[in-house]
Amino acid sequence: MKKFVLFIPLVIFLGMGVFLYKGLFLNPKVLDSALEGKPLPAFQLERLEVATDVLSEKDLSGKVSMLNFWATWCPACKYEHPYLLMLSKRNLLPIYGINYRDERALAIKELRNQGDPYTLNIFDKDGRLGLDLGVYGAPETFIVDHNGIIRYRYAGPIDQTVWSQTLYPMIQQLQTEAKADGAS
Amino acid sequence: MNMIAKWVVFLAFALFAVSAMATPVDTYEFKSADNQKRALSLSHQLRCPQCQNQNLVDSNSPVAHDLRLEVYKMVDNGKSEQEIIDFMTSRYGDFVLYKPKLDPKTYILWLGPFGLLIFGLFIGYIFVRKQRIQPTEAGSLSAEQQAELDALLNKNKAK
Repeated sequence: MKKFVLFIPLVIFLGMGVFLYKGLFLNPKVLDSALEGKPLPAFQLERLEVATDVLSEKDLSGKVSMLNFWATWCPACKYEHPYLLMLSKRNLLPIYGINYRDERALAIKELRNQGDPYTLNIFDKDGRLGLDLGVYGAPETFIVDHNGIIRYRYAGPIDQTVWSQTLYPMIQQLQTEAKADGAS
Repeated sequence: MNMIAKWVVFLAFALFAVSAMATPVDTYEFKSADNQKRALSLSHQLRCPQCQNQNLVDSNSPVAHDLRLEVYKMVDNGKSEQEIIDFMTSRYGDFVLYKPKLDPKTYILWLGPFGLLIFGLFIGYIFVRKQRIQPTEAGSLSAEQQAELDALLNKNKAK
């Protein structure tokens, strides 16, 4: 009994050691989204190309889709752009582009020069939709299911690894769910 | 000479201290000084999601600017502190709170120190009690030893 008591500090030390060692490899930039499982917030925003065209969350619902926040001032967005273009050519799901805190003319020019991977372009000049979605920097991508519920948030540029390991398996699963529900 | 050098160093540090305290300037007019005080104290308690070790007032990042203005506006519109905190956490998660909420997930954080204190007191109590018992054991002498001790003491007295 007495010997066992002497080992208690060692056990506590090892426990703390394992706990803190694991903490060393956590990425503090990865934050849980508070919005997973919640419906897409309501919004009224202009279409990027046509200012008089007002879009709302109703224009998005119905299918499993991806919401991608991007801006011309954001280098990581330029990095992920070719990958998004490739995805849009594969026609797997609608990708909605939300131009976040940007200038309309610059954004239109960028899409004309680099190609436009987006099904619909929404212009969020003041970052109001971004704020409602808890966006803290571009690029950020949300996966929304066929009922308009936010299912996943990914902060950072999309590349092959993220797509094939995280995003695509989740999208496939949601599309199966959607089919089971009878939606397209 | 030495004194002057000390003053130069002191002034240099003082200058740095001032520049390190500079925070972004917003032009926002509050409806009342009281609102301003409330909004600023609230913004100091909220963490910027972008620059993670700065609060909303310290940070220069665009998202902190937006959130700051949102807090200011909500205060001016007469929203309560709880409503504003709920607004922030429903979007950015509990992460934005510098002072974590008390809920099952954070019990260990809030109650852990008290648990450790009680554990420490308990261990201390056991050790102290052990120490107390030992002297009585060591103090009990055999009859032979007692006789020897008495003899020694008497010898000293006789002197």
